[in-house]
Amino acid sequence: MNVTLIFLAVIGAIIVWWLAGQRLTSKPWLETGSVQLPDHHGADRQQPPVPAVKIGLFVFLGVVGALFSLAVSAYFMRMASADWWATPVPRLLWVNTAALALSSVALQWARREAEHGRMEGLRPVLSAAFALAVLFLVGQVQAWRELTAAGYVLADNPANSFFYMLTGLHGLHILGGLAVLAHTTVRAFARDVQPDRLRLSIDLSAIYSHFMLAVWLLLFTLFAGWANDFVDLCRTLLT
Amino acid sequence: MVEIPSGSAGAIPSAEVEDVELYHPKSWWTKYVFSQDAKIIAVQYSLTAIAIGLVALVLSWLMRLQLAFPGYFAFIDADHYYQFITMHGMIMVIYLLTALFLGGFGNYLIPLMVGARDMVFPYANMLSYWIYLLAVLILAAGFFAPGGPTGAGWTLYPPQAVLSGTPGGKDWGILLMLTSLIVFIIGFTMGGLNYVVTVLQGRARGMTLMRMPLTVWGIFTATVMALLAFPALFVACVMMLFDRLLGTSFFMPAIVEMGEQLQHGGGSPILFQHLFWFFGHPEVYIVALPAFGIVSDLISTHARKNIFGYRMMVWAIVIIGALSFIVWAHHMYVSGMNPAFGFFFATTTLIIAVPTAIKVYNWVLTLWRGDIHLTLPMLFALAFIVTFVNGGLTGLFLGNVVVDVPLSDTMFVVAHFHMVMGVAPILVIFGAICHWYPKVTGRMLNETLGQIHFWITFLGTYAIFFPMHYLGLLGVPRRYFEMGETAFVPPSAHTLNIFITVMALIVGAAQMVFLFNLVWSLFRGKEAGGNPWRATTLEWQTPQTPPAHGNWGKELPVVYRWAYDYSVPGAAEDFIPQTVPASGSVTREVPA
Repeated sequence: MNVTLIFLAVIGAIIVWWLAGQRLTSKPWLETGSVQLPDHHGADRQQPPVPAVKIGLFVFLGVVGALFSLAVSAYFMRMASADWWATPVPRLLWVNTAALALSSVALQWARREAEHGRMEGLRPVLSAAFALAVLFLVGQVQAWRELTAAGYVLADNPANSFFYMLTGLHGLHILGGLAVLAHTTVRAFARDVQPDRLRLSIDLSAIYSHFMLAVWLLLFTLFAGWANDFVDLCRTLLT
Repeated sequence: MVEIPSGSAGAIPSAEVEDVELYHPKSWWTKYVFSQDAKIIAVQYSLTAIAIGLVALVLSWLMRLQLAFPGYFAFIDADHYYQFITMHGMIMVIYLLTALFLGGFGNYLIPLMVGARDMVFPYANMLSYWIYLLAVLILAAGFFAPGGPTGAGWTLYPPQAVLSGTPGGKDWGILLMLTSLIVFIIGFTMGGLNYVVTVLQGRARGMTLMRMPLTVWGIFTATVMALLAFPALFVACVMMLFDRLLGTSFFMPAIVEMGEQLQHGGGSPILFQHLFWFFGHPEVYIVALPAFGIVSDLISTHARKNIFGYRMMVWAIVIIGALSFIVWAHHMYVSGMNPAFGFFFATTTLIIAVPTAIKVYNWVLTLWRGDIHLTLPMLFALAFIVTFVNGGLTGLFLGNVVVDVPLSDTMFVVAHFHMVMGVAPILVIFGAICHWYPKVTGRMLNETLGQIHFWITFLGTYAIFFPMHYLGLLGVPRRYFEMGETAFVPPSAHTLNIFITVMALIVGAAQMVFLFNLVWSLFRGKEAGGNPWRATTLEWQTPQTPPAHGNWGKELPVVYRWAYDYSVPGAAEDFIPQTVPASGSVTREVPA
């Protein structure tokens, strides 16, 4: 459960940092009458407040992060048993990783285009981001097929089981993001588009996509076995 | 009471926080059934939770009948008994308590108490309820599936949960249970995002975090915990579904079933326990923290006194929330883990007692020399404190490894967790329903019926669970269908079992009085008015009762003070609502 505890420590640090700005040491019973507010609601606000959807997305990413850190914790705990043989990493995964990374880059680009209000430049970039993410998913399914064809079936070995489960979970999350991205892309092509709302949803899609890319890179290092030395080191340090 | 001069506090414009666009229902269906109004969703959540909770209540009767009169009821065989245990536990913990506190009270109270028009994502909020309902239906489908519901115990420990020796293990039972949990978690996440973001972003002008009522603090912290803890159950359920359906070996060791070697091998049942309890222990506080918060508000309001140590109460809630993530393995002392871990987890477990005790002291000190009104909500709040202290103290016993090992899997454990996370939160739920019923319906609950229900429930639950501690010390094991030949248990234990069962039947039946009261008062109850308890918090200051769609009139409320200005020296009345500015003489409109 070490991975989970590290993740929780990070979340805890964020919460503590946020709480530290909330005047938790104030004495509300002495402050009658004054209308004091945290910065984002202040009357003399400098920048516009963070939209609720964005906060919602960050909270959701916290949940997704918890999900994957728990699954990875389980991976490490199960790995310690004797019947574990690492699954070979299909070469295709490199292509998929590139596709996902490019999709993220494209979304970042779209974000900049949207910030500058260049709607025409936006459309091809958004479509490219969408297509690349679809390519990633198709590639993942193809990687599954290659592995099964080579005899690495789901129930054969715990490493295989984890490979299929984790990539499956990750794929489902990408699929969810794609649904939102499709909606955004279609809206970008619509004529009566509100630039503000479009900008916001591109922003959100980009954040989500970066996050899922980061999750994928962590999973990839896990599957490729690069994390093993690190884990062994930690294990020696702990025992 | 010192008032800091605040300049022209009264002149602050109330429309400073930009108003939100509300979804306005167009038909009866979108207004009352597929509603996006948090208040309707709250009622839907509550009624569904209570309905499935009644099923669990009946299941507990059936269990008790078997324990008191073994063999007398032909339809309760060992398989059924285990199915009853499992479904009773799972329904009560997740589908009743979690759903009612967060989905029910969270939805109703968060927007009203922080001064918002609605939740920030009303559509997701609506989906959350319907997905929850789907989860309940999938769960209930277990009763009608071939082989019946799962009988694996509410902890669903593998490998037994997916083997043929356990009812539902090789049939539909376990599949429906796991699917239902997964669906529940998806639905809850949608609701949970709403509760958190509404508290973060939806607060009215002037509502700083430290001016929020403790109810909101409790529900907020519990929701954050639930969002982080439920994924553990999600992962565990998905992995167990893989093991059961696809033949993987996440949790399944090499095993021989009915003389036949299964294809599983090498899996770790302990891994499941870690995941399950990583969810399971925070779950205790996910239920307890909203209860703590609500009780604080009930006590303060009905004792006409500001809450003692508000800051301490807030900090304690946050600290309990954080600590509850590093105590999970105290449920696993007998799982054969490293004794050093046992020492660590025993220590963290005992440390949690400190902030919890602070809360109990503060409740008692709030009551001290207060103007205590023994209304129904107050009675339930007082009953909660007593019950929670009782249950909490036995928790200290069980938190110690050396004491836990002999008591583990005896009735002592059953008594402990029923006191601390069964009866105690349920008492708060009753108190909270009595307290907010006038706001939800506009009418008061009948006092006589309420008193009858309260006294039978409070004394009755003690009659049920106090003797169970003694049974546990005698060594009576939990989860046993019948005792069989056990020399160390005296025959008098059986007499005690009969007594407990009779009391359980009485207490269960008394709940009908409460339900009848809910329905009767809806039509015949006394008109409540806008603020029958003369309370300070925002939900009592709405222009209409019950609050209309959008909660507030044209303008959002502005908050000038904390939630606990009761019996302020020099004030004209013994309460000052949060919306009243500091200037001494204020003419207030009493809401209709």
